[in-house]
Amino acid sequence: MNFNATLIGQMITFAIFVWFCMKFIWPPLIAALEERNARISEGLAAAQRGQQDLEEAEAKVKDSLNEAKTQAQEIINQAQKRANEIVDEAKESAREEADKTVAAAGVEIEQQVSAAREQLRKEVSTIALAGAERILKREIDAKAHADVLDELVEQI
Amino acid sequence: MAGSYANSGEYIKHHLTNLTFGQKADGSWGIAASADEIKEMGFWAINIDSMAFSIGLGVLFLWLFHKAARKATTDAPTGWQNFVEMMIQFVDETVRGSYNKKSKLVAPLALTIFVWIFLLNLMDLIPVDLIPWIGGLLGLPYLKIVPTTDPNVTFGLSLGVFLLVIIYSIRFKGPGGFFAELAFHPFPKYMLPVNLILEGVTLIAKPVSLALRLFGNLYAGEMIFILIALMYGGGLALGIFGGFLQLGWAIFHILVITLQAFIFMTLTIVYLDMASQTEDH
Repeated sequence: MNFNATLIGQMITFAIFVWFCMKFIWPPLIAALEERNARISEGLAAAQRGQQDLEEAEAKVKDSLNEAKTQAQEIINQAQKRANEIVDEAKESAREEADKTVAAAGVEIEQQVSAAREQLRKEVSTIALAGAERILKREIDAKAHADVLDELVEQI
Repeated sequence: MAGSYANSGEYIKHHLTNLTFGQKADGSWGIAASADEIKEMGFWAINIDSMAFSIGLGVLFLWLFHKAARKATTDAPTGWQNFVEMMIQFVDETVRGSYNKKSKLVAPLALTIFVWIFLLNLMDLIPVDLIPWIGGLLGLPYLKIVPTTDPNVTFGLSLGVFLLVIIYSIRFKGPGGFFAELAFHPFPKYMLPVNLILEGVTLIAKPVSLALRLFGNLYAGEMIFILIALMYGGGLALGIFGGFLQLGWAIFHILVITLQAFIFMTLTIVYLDMASQTEDH
């Protein structure tokens, strides 16, 4: 253990190294570390916020979906009601139309029946007249007995 | 390996002698060729190997860490920056845990001490004969590569710390406060001389214990490496046994050198913390 000037040299070297480390090595590294720490905690907070936002958005989506479903149900119900109404209306008008047609047909039939009856009566009178003519032979003049024949036609 | 020496005592002595430059007895300047010449040189000589290896390793440390510091980004760190940041965080945590005031100096100081001493100690793991042999080829009479086995180096470090302790004590407590701490504890004021002696010893013990602990551990470790290396000259069986011993001791020493660097750093922080405590205890 003999001491010499190395001791002083070491102290000077030591001082220079510490000064250099303090000046050029420690500050940038510790600054980078602290900045990264800040960034990480910021990122974590952002992630938390994102998570929250997502949850809120999901809840909103659920609400909107429910509302849309309700609305759609309402619209469908209304449409069904309207369709029923239309069908009912159509049925009603069809029935009315049918009734009208039936009525008109009834009247026509009546008319035709009475016309046919008239004609039949006329034909019967003619046949009767012809019959009488044949029976009576020239004795009966159609014109002279027209009023009698008409009365007969009326009776038939 | 020990063959070229007169005896094993010579061998050990040779391996534990520094390459010293100074004024020889005849007045000329030069490298000492023997231990006696080193003694004659007195204080104004310098251990070239200690200085060269410690400065070289210190510059290596500063260069490597400065490289990382220049490129330091806040993005995900890669490779070397990762390691450097790990060291920085480790030292920062230790300083935060022990040093209670704010200081721009303490943390870089602790980092420098830890890494530098670790690198100096690491030289202990290089085979003991390799570097002196290379030195011999270059014509150097001695070459001791573990700077921390040189008390000049460890005392240089601890005295640097000691100066800081005194500066911090005066800065935080004032000259009067610092004196009061030395003079009025642990006994009342009328026993001032006794207090001064007791507290003075406590104060001086800090740098001395700091330096001697590091020096003692590394010197003993190096000595054991040299003793193991001596076994290689004792025949095949002893040589193989020595090989295993050296491996075991080297593995154990990885722990020792790290631990010693860590202890030096921690005690430095603690001493500076004690120096900056203002409240009475």
